[in-house]
Amino acid sequence: MAGMRTLKTYFAETGEITLFTARYFREFLFPPYEFRELLRQCFLIGNKSLALVSITGFIMGVVLTLQTRPTLVEFGAESWMPAMVGIAIVREIGPVVTALICAGKIGSGIGAELASMKVTEQIDAMEVSGTNPFKYLVITRVTACILMLPVLVILSDFVSLIGSAIVEHLKGGVSFQLYFSNVFEYLKFGDLIPSVSKLFFFGLAIGIIGCYKGFTSKKGTEGVGRTANSAVVISSMLVFVLDFIAVLITDIFYEL
Amino acid sequence: MNDQPVIEIENLWKSFGTNQVLKGFTMNLFTGENVVVMGKSGSGKSVLIKCIIGLLPVDSGKLMVLGKSIPELNQKELDRLRMDVGFQFQGSALYDSMTVRENLEFPLRRHPEKLQGLDRNKLVEEALENVGLAHAIDMMPAELSGGMKKRVALARTIIMRPKIILYDEPTSGLDPVTGKEISYLMNAIKEMYNASSIIITHDLACAHITGNRMIILHDGINYAEATYDALSKSPNEPVKAFFE
Repeated sequence: MAGMRTLKTYFAETGEITLFTARYFREFLFPPYEFRELLRQCFLIGNKSLALVSITGFIMGVVLTLQTRPTLVEFGAESWMPAMVGIAIVREIGPVVTALICAGKIGSGIGAELASMKVTEQIDAMEVSGTNPFKYLVITRVTACILMLPVLVILSDFVSLIGSAIVEHLKGGVSFQLYFSNVFEYLKFGDLIPSVSKLFFFGLAIGIIGCYKGFTSKKGTEGVGRTANSAVVISSMLVFVLDFIAVLITDIFYEL
Repeated sequence: MNDQPVIEIENLWKSFGTNQVLKGFTMNLFTGENVVVMGKSGSGKSVLIKCIIGLLPVDSGKLMVLGKSIPELNQKELDRLRMDVGFQFQGSALYDSMTVRENLEFPLRRHPEKLQGLDRNKLVEEALENVGLAHAIDMMPAELSGGMKKRVALARTIIMRPKIILYDEPTSGLDPVTGKEISYLMNAIKEMYNASSIIITHDLACAHITGNRMIILHDGINYAEATYDALSKSPNEPVKAFFE
């Protein structure tokens, strides 16, 4: 019985999130447009995640190179290192890890902010002042997530490659010029298309889940913590699910 | 005061699931008067004013605000009407991420037509001066005391020069002295802007200072309606309970 209720709640919530997403696309198209708030959100989301994404990106590049190097050396294939690391980071690791970091930082931040605005009646105050809170709060935040995630991923990829290049320089005496020319020799423009395309869906998922959870938060201040937590859990899970779908689709195109 | 009601409520019903909150509530608010609505916690006072402003849909009944039927308005018409109706939230509901100035500018940016050629900065400064908080213009809400927050929220309400102001427990959480200051400020604002108000409160001092008329909301209906002095002498038990 309890299992049935959980299943029912799960389907009901999935339906509500779908409607919430549909409302995002519907209201996105029509004025008024909140450009000022959109720019503010882009700045907040981009600027506040910059350091975190850079540090994790750098560590990711260093660790990946350090861990892979001994195996490649054993097979005498260390010259493949830049190409392997470059393709792995740009196609898969960079987008997924950065999206997960953003789900944790941005998703929870949006969820907690909107939930506390709901608890303290700020969303109602916005509505009675004749402002559409969905447009002002949701459209701007979700759009900012979609726009800023690719920027953060590009930065993360770049810093990761620098980290990897430093390890290669110190351990294998490879110059930075040789390292990067090797990376770009094997990295095709086609590698960028699937990785950038899925970022749109990652950004959408992180923004929508954070906003949905915040907008529908219940149980007062206790609900704020729960909202932040569930926003992170659901959006992180969605990042993996979307990545899985994206990889399957990309695989079909590579086989063609 | 004149005989033209700015709010007409007749036989208003509102429920949440099986919980029937308003069961045929009826009242009128006339131009230039303050009506205090008192009732037990959970009796539906806040629900009543949220229905008036269109934050909650009503189940049935007549609800006219400034001559317009709230249940029949579409979102655009409702937004337009809301420019003339101010709402003071119980917890002030100031936007945390904005300074006091930005909080006051927010409704003006949404509705530039309300500026009527006046300078936005001047209007903000004037509204803050009217509530005695000109010095707090660049402060953040977190830096304000409870009383100051209520005053800023009041300034944010009056900056739109509303014809009606709905107060949801304007003195809750304040000490008696600050509570009285806010009550007198509400009277001053009524005189300054010639606004009519519905005041939801549990605070007898606030009800006495601000109310021209008082309504006891009991069991979902307008149980008793008279002046503060008349109701305070009522022998009726549910009414008497509020004044003991």
